[in-house]
Amino acid sequence: MEGIKITKEVDARGSFCPGPLMEMIRLIRSAQVGDVVAVISADEGTKKDLPAWIKKAKHELIAEEPVEGGGTRFICRKLH
Amino acid sequence: MAKNILILGGGTGGSIVANILARSLSPQEASITVLTASPQHVYQPYQLYIPFGYQDPRKIARSERSLLHRRVSLVVDPVEELDVKNQKVVCRSRKSYPYDYLVIATGSTVDEEQIPGFKEGADHFYTPEAAFVLYEKLQNFNGGTIVVGIGGLPYKCPVAPVEFTFMLEEFLTKRGIRQQSEIIYTFPLNDVFNIKTAADYIKADFDKRNIKTELFFNLAEIHPEKKIAESIEGTELSYDLLVMTPPHKGAPFLRGHEIADADGWVQTDRHSLKVAQLENVWSLGDTTNLPVSKAGSTAHFQAPVIAKQICAAIRQETVDSEKVKYNGHVACFIESGYGKATMLDFDYEHPPQPPPPTEFIHFQKLALNKFYWYLIPKALI
Ligand SMILES: Cc1cc2nc3c(=O)[nH]c(=O)nc-3n(C[C@H](O)[C@H](O)[C@H](O)COP(=O)(O)OP(=O)(O)OC[C@H]3O[C@@H](n4cnc5c(N)ncnc54)[C@H](O)[C@@H]3O)c2cc1C
Repeated sequence: MEGIKITKEVDARGSFCPGPLMEMIRLIRSAQVGDVVAVISADEGTKKDLPAWIKKAKHELIAEEPVEGGGTRFICRKLH
Repeated sequence: MAKNILILGGGTGGSIVANILARSLSPQEASITVLTASPQHVYQPYQLYIPFGYQDPRKIARSERSLLHRRVSLVVDPVEELDVKNQKVVCRSRKSYPYDYLVIATGSTVDEEQIPGFKEGADHFYTPEAAFVLYEKLQNFNGGTIVVGIGGLPYKCPVAPVEFTFMLEEFLTKRGIRQQSEIIYTFPLNDVFNIKTAADYIKADFDKRNIKTELFFNLAEIHPEKKIAESIEGTELSYDLLVMTPPHKGAPFLRGHEIADADGWVQTDRHSLKVAQLENVWSLGDTTNLPVSKAGSTAHFQAPVIAKQICAAIRQETVDSEKVKYNGHVACFIESGYGKATMLDFDYEHPPQPPPPTEFIHFQKLALNKFYWYLIPKALI
């Protein structure tokens, strides 16, 4: 994602549900409002759960992008 | 020269490893020391029964010395520093203890400070003292909203809050105040439990018993004066009684240590249980960062794997890592209330398939509670 600065990223590949989601929750808890954070996951369940959580928590899912070597990077902005 | 084996923590995992080693190795081969924080060994599953008055908090602990083989030395002195490079630990007394082989089994502790308002606003049953306070509150409860939930992942005995919820529903019914009460169960994820098969079973039973759920509820703050629990997702729940599993952490000396993460969960190999790729350090039970339940049964199935590797190392034998490995086995009973229970039995490859609750499984759980002292820490089964 050009032009967007990710302040913190966690590579949660190798960790299964609910690991990657918990990593995102931890990142959002410790971030400042406006920060952009990212979690990389190769777990199938994350594809559904992570966007669902971001929606429920009313943050912004900026992008889901494939990562070299397998997995998806979920990029999220903390809105409040 | 006899090797020096040091076991940190005299709870379920540490006691089993120490007793297996004492029976397997001669005094010429090794000296075995358990270094622990308390002279008492608490049987924590009993804490679930205290809030309902089914168990006396004064009767859930025994002397750790009485549970250990006579060849095991017991030192009560909490560990404050671990130096893996120089193979020694330093305790609160400032005495230091060297080791050739180390087993870390210091368990998990509750950390109420992590959530603002937790101490003043929430009750729980994760220490005997807190469980007794909750007993008094439940005795005086005359109807209203009880919110039960999880205040942070990971926590020990993942099914305990579910068991508590089932038992609470029965308790309120028997006291004749179920109609005037609402039970709301919260969970941090999008389901009622983190294992799908178990979640399906639990959700169906919650629906049958009119137990409401609030999912994706990650506790952020408690406002005791307004009696509101707030999640980071922005949900606010009003309560008359709030029963929340507190956030858990590893022992203080492990938090931020080079072999652990910031919360003190120790980097552990999922099969060999070796720590941070060191050849002479293992960990088990609640201490590890493994994605398996923090449960006594986990420690029980892990202990022999570690003991076998230590014996082989001392005797300079090679171990067949295919045979001597932990496969993720965990077995947990779930009290369902009304004198019945079911069971979760699973490993890394096989998710649990809980059978319908029966009286027989409930009696098995009661029997385990009774015979724990004779069988488990002593490693007789
Ligand atoms: C309410 C409740 C219900 C439960 N129900 C079940 C159940 O039904 N089934 C099940 O399998 N499990 C259950 N558990 C979980 C089970 O009790 C724990 O998972 C189990 O005791 C873990 O064993 P452990 O050896 O890792 O840690 P523990 O048994 O907790 O032992 C840790 C030991 O380390 C010592 N220690 C701590 N810090 C230090 C230090 N700095 N230095 C030295 N020593 C230290 C402590 O004094 C203690 O002796 C329940 C737990 C609770 C709270």
